[in-house]
Amino acid sequence: MSTFAHQFFSGLAMGGVYAILALALVMIYQATHLVNFAQGEMAMFATYMAWNMMDSGLPYWAAFGLTVVLSFAAGVIIERVIVRPFAKAPVLSMVIVFIGMVFIFNSVVGWIYGYEIKDFRSPFPEKAWFGNTLMSSHESGVIVVTFLVLALVYGFFRFTPLGLAMRAAAQNPASSRLVGIKVGWMLALGWGLAAAIGSIAGMMAAPVVYLDPNMMSSLLLYGFAAAVLGGIDNPWGAVAGGFIVGVMQNLVGAYLVGTQIQLSVALVIIIGVLVMKPSGLFGRVIVTRV
Amino acid sequence: MSTLPTAKAEPERSGFIGWGRVGLACVVVFALVLPFMSSGYHLFQYAQVLNYAIALVGLNLLTGYNGQISLGHGAFFAIGGYASAILVAKFGMPYWVTPPIAGMVCLVAGFLFGLPALRLEGLYLALATFALAVAMPQLLNYKHFDALTGGSGGLQLAKPGAPFGLPITSDQWLYFYCLGFAALLFLAARNLVRGRIGRAMVAIRDQPVAAETMGVPISYVKAMCFGISALYAGVGGALSVTIVGYVSPDSFGLFLSLSFLVGIVVGGLTSIPGMLFGAWFIEFVPNYADQLTSSLGENAKALPWAVYGVLLIALMFVMPRGIAGAVTAMAARLQRFTNATKRA
Amino acid sequence: MNEPVATPLMQVRALKAFYGPLQVVHGVDMDVAAGGITALLGANGAGKTTILRALSAMVRREGDVIFAGQNLKGQATEDVARLGIAHVPDGRGTFGALTVAENLRLGAYTRRDRAKVAADLEIIFSYFPRLRERYQQQAGTLSGGEQQMLAISRALMLRPKLLLLDEPSFGLAPIIVKDIFRILRAINREQGVAMLLVEQNANLALDLADHAYLVETGRVVLGGSAQQIRADDAVRRAYLGY
Repeated sequence: MSTFAHQFFSGLAMGGVYAILALALVMIYQATHLVNFAQGEMAMFATYMAWNMMDSGLPYWAAFGLTVVLSFAAGVIIERVIVRPFAKAPVLSMVIVFIGMVFIFNSVVGWIYGYEIKDFRSPFPEKAWFGNTLMSSHESGVIVVTFLVLALVYGFFRFTPLGLAMRAAAQNPASSRLVGIKVGWMLALGWGLAAAIGSIAGMMAAPVVYLDPNMMSSLLLYGFAAAVLGGIDNPWGAVAGGFIVGVMQNLVGAYLVGTQIQLSVALVIIIGVLVMKPSGLFGRVIVTRV
Repeated sequence: MSTLPTAKAEPERSGFIGWGRVGLACVVVFALVLPFMSSGYHLFQYAQVLNYAIALVGLNLLTGYNGQISLGHGAFFAIGGYASAILVAKFGMPYWVTPPIAGMVCLVAGFLFGLPALRLEGLYLALATFALAVAMPQLLNYKHFDALTGGSGGLQLAKPGAPFGLPITSDQWLYFYCLGFAALLFLAARNLVRGRIGRAMVAIRDQPVAAETMGVPISYVKAMCFGISALYAGVGGALSVTIVGYVSPDSFGLFLSLSFLVGIVVGGLTSIPGMLFGAWFIEFVPNYADQLTSSLGENAKALPWAVYGVLLIALMFVMPRGIAGAVTAMAARLQRFTNATKRA
Repeated sequence: MNEPVATPLMQVRALKAFYGPLQVVHGVDMDVAAGGITALLGANGAGKTTILRALSAMVRREGDVIFAGQNLKGQATEDVARLGIAHVPDGRGTFGALTVAENLRLGAYTRRDRAKVAADLEIIFSYFPRLRERYQQQAGTLSGGEQQMLAISRALMLRPKLLLLDEPSFGLAPIIVKDIFRILRAINREQGVAMLLVEQNANLALDLADHAYLVETGRVVLGGSAQQIRADDAVRRAYLGY
């Protein structure tokens, strides 16, 4: 029983990371209807930046904040410089550009930092909180951070004029322009937010999976699975999907197929959901009357 | 070449075939002379270029001609490779009968994967195949298959020598062995895309609705295209395993699949001969860059991938509608030009 | 052809508009009076909607559009909106997945004077009390008439100097159309908002408008006061049906 509980809760913690990553994917999907295959490598790059800052003496949360801000800026720049010119190109061109970005981020990090695996600090104390024997403080911390990110994202989109404008721009660009919204900038902001959120996923994952240039490819797969499962246009669904995928990965890995082929859980989820229920578990159905 | 009925069926191309023949003759002569001008490791690399080229043709049939994006063809390359290795190592088959079998295995696997994939639009298919590519190494490592696959240790194969007492080295023989398959499969692909099925594939890519109303069986053509495409990747994988003499799960990671994408983009979407160049590119660019390692430091071995990335994006920049679009536009322009000269 | 209008808020000169390589509007001249209602009449496909889109820079255009003394050359759609031209597009362009409240807030997106925005909201509710009832409802669930009211209200939230209206009667029951046109007239008189109205139903438009232009195949073929246009024999036969 206690192994089961342990598997469950550590799955929940990893699920938090997938949830944040999925949230980043949903953000870009909502804005541009694209799946960002480079999301994982962007997060990995950001995590290395954070490591670098801490290595040169910056305290954890300062490095954390700075990384999020820099990632945001990088996301905006990437959208304006690399993604924008392909706005009207076919999907294939866009996918190829994303794969190009995967290569670039991966190899630039490898070049700068090398391929040996690095330790990445957790901001949370060594000792578990409140004598919690089931979860380490990092595991509970990740879950707290996940909900904080979700709350911030929700609050931003729900209560700020800018968040409202971004939702409008994603939904109906033509009408958005008519009310004076600079739609192009909204898309760039969406990318910036996605990059910033993704960087948090990277920094939360790194203490568990360790830092190396290829750390994100499997995490991204789980992130995809989470986003697809929850409905790729639904932030709530993405977060729920993240936790479900995290727990399933651990339980299926531990009790059914063995931890060796956990990734196939993600594969099965992705293909299964896409084929059988493309809108995902929580895909939104918009009621329209004409 | 002129004996092929399809070539005659398209008289408007006759202007190009003249040049095409000269080019083809050059390539054939070059391919036949190559093994006697180089040896050892280089020859192995050239053979590997041919195997990659076979896989690239397969991927290009799917992605370039039929418009279905696959980021996971390394998985079919892996299945083909493992099929061949298992047949040789566990069932004692001669290596030279394995490529067709590996191809058939992949045809079935690809067809089966292609059936559900029919329901996936471009981006989602890319996602599903991406997942396949990431998950493949783990699946190959599955402990209940260890008896067959050799687990993480993989399978070791003996390097075959030249048969019939031919007076050539083992490397030269393996090169010709791969060349034979490559020539056969290139020719088949060329006939395929010039024929009825090829036109159906392109029609489905460009005008799915029109294609359907004209009676093209879309589902069948798309699934079959996936199958054939996987067959090519599988044969390429089987040949590759024979010349490498070793197979393990780590040989078929995500980056292999992504390299294939690089290959078809660099070689030219909707080009069959271009795949030779694409394959040359993905085989040798990492090697050239490796040689720079000493001057730029140990970690510079990462740089060829950056070169890939920049090149991919740059190619898309130069041709924003995709290379396929540019090629079509160019072909249309050439067509107009030749028609005009014919009339004049 | 063009009657000089007292104080033109917007002057359009030699306006051409294109969809891709296809030219749809071939050199239109017209004036829109400050505080007045000007109608663009014409058959389906005459280019009326395209003229409105060209004014908002939604399609590629050539020629001069001078609004409140400023040439709009090179201005993007969102800049045009910020200058005080609100556009109610054909098909209404409401944000179906957002609430009525959010739609209205988006209308005032470019404004920073919160107190005045709140006051304007109350004014809008006085014209369209239905929207107050539906305030927290998803806009996509509104009836067609309510959606048109919302679209007009969203445009008004910009506190525009000029309101571009593209077929506000489209797809609505006659009784609702009558209601909406009555309210439009009230808004025009009471709030001093100039309007440029595109309408296929010439009778309806001429009842509301002070001035009108007749558009045929991308050109203005007739212009004048509503009475003059109504009196024109050709217009009467072709567009008014008596």
